[in-house]
Amino acid sequence: MLIRKPADILPSEITSKENYLKRRDFMRAGALAGGAALASPAFAAVVPDTSRMMIPGVGKSDLSTDEAPNSYEDITTYNNYYEFGTGKSDPSRYAQSFEPRPWTITVEGHAEKTGSFDFDDFIKPFALEERIYRMRCVEAWSMVIPWVGISLADVVQSFKPTSKAQYVSFETLDDKSRMPGQRRRVLAWPYREGLTIAEAMNPLSILAVGLYGEVLPNQNGAPIRLVVPWKYGFKGIKGIVKISFVEKQPHTSWNMAAAKEYGFYANVNPEVSHPRWSQARERRIGAGLFASKQETLMFNGYGEQVAHLYKGLDLRRNF
Amino acid sequence: MVTANRSRTCTKAWTCAATFRPCVPDYLNTLTQIRFVWKPVVFLACLVPFALAIGDLFGITGSLGANPVEELQDRFGNWGLRFVMITLAVTPLRHMTGKVWLLRFRRMLGLFAFFYILMHFLNWFVLDQGMLWSAIIEDLLERPFITLGFTALLLLTAMAATSTTGIRRRMGKRWHKLHYSVYAVGILGVWHYWWQVKADVAEPLIYAAVLSVLLGYRVWKKKSAKSRR
Repeated sequence: MLIRKPADILPSEITSKENYLKRRDFMRAGALAGGAALASPAFAAVVPDTSRMMIPGVGKSDLSTDEAPNSYEDITTYNNYYEFGTGKSDPSRYAQSFEPRPWTITVEGHAEKTGSFDFDDFIKPFALEERIYRMRCVEAWSMVIPWVGISLADVVQSFKPTSKAQYVSFETLDDKSRMPGQRRRVLAWPYREGLTIAEAMNPLSILAVGLYGEVLPNQNGAPIRLVVPWKYGFKGIKGIVKISFVEKQPHTSWNMAAAKEYGFYANVNPEVSHPRWSQARERRIGAGLFASKQETLMFNGYGEQVAHLYKGLDLRRNF
Repeated sequence: MVTANRSRTCTKAWTCAATFRPCVPDYLNTLTQIRFVWKPVVFLACLVPFALAIGDLFGITGSLGANPVEELQDRFGNWGLRFVMITLAVTPLRHMTGKVWLLRFRRMLGLFAFFYILMHFLNWFVLDQGMLWSAIIEDLLERPFITLGFTALLLLTAMAATSTTGIRRRMGKRWHKLHYSVYAVGILGVWHYWWQVKADVAEPLIYAAVLSVLLGYRVWKKKSAKSRR
């Protein structure tokens, strides 16, 4: 499904001289550390660093919106990531010291290929693409975010799920020493999310590893997170350590916390209100103090790509 | 209320305060001091959260973050609730310390509670809902936590409108009846907050605990007064 053209240079791909030099410093330091593995450029590319490392070799995608993305600051300071606190600015404050390396992703369940993989080995086989997507939070605000990610369909296919695999479930790291927000049981840790196999195979679904052409910041779910733009933001599980191919619909964190308010599907739907607030309109972050809210679109405007997945399904019941 | 709760320790002071008759020159000084020094100081202190919100809005004192409308909504709501609690703490504090002059600040504190909750409402009405009547009416009727908050605002408005000394005197006993609804405002406010949060009830829980102490004190006081009789 990947449409790869010889990459034009994206504005977000252009590295500032400062960052470029920092990267060289890092490479030198890494080489001194003596890791032979450092020879792989993909490894060096997605190394965590607070100095905002660029990811090279990122392609473009026709699935990107041409709406103007939110500022890097908005995207990285206004986050829901309860593992680092429940306030919107908590993740940007308390995730700074988080170390997203080394990172192991375990793949299990009904698939021919399973096992535990180092993050860099995990993503190496797949093409990196920039996907500029709308993100609609269940709290009735939205952003436009230029993710860098790999196609989830490609990932799923590479593990060769068997016919028993009806759903894909995901889990976030469960470690209160590294994720201070987990010291309080605001949600049942670890955070869990899931998709039907058809949703996971949809070309829109990605596993994001970057933002604005750079390595994904900790507060946005480093090193790897799910992005499913036609669903409410809470489906986009962050800091993924486990992917399972399962037969039955998996339990998902917000559904476990309040089943009447957050369904498994969580498709963006202006006609189905949250029990406590309307979903008909949304506030676009960065639009300004006096900007009025805008109409929320069915499937967050991605109906053309995903509406067929829900034919015959009562969306009012399966919210 | 003042008469009902009069205690031996503060009778003398109370009489002076109520009749405005200076018993001793010192006391006149205190009244003057309260009126011309301490009241303006407290007034300005109560305005600090508002001034900071405006300062942050224009990027002078800080920033309101990526979602300024939501941030203002949270701040004004929180300060409204805090001022309700502070106002409710005046009477227990007076009982415990015997400092009758505390009562001289109660009306102002109550009016600040009204002010911040009114700002909370106006922020929602103008900036959040964009004065879109269909959405506003739907929210008021169909979202219980908004109905609760709006009810609290109506009660506060009635109290603020009847807060002048003249109206108070004219209303007599009815004034006290109306102003007892500040207890309802406290309960509605905490409930409104609790109902609105997604999963983390830590903050509403703190307000609920403080309110329980403040209201519990009044229940206890009433009970012990009855048993003494």
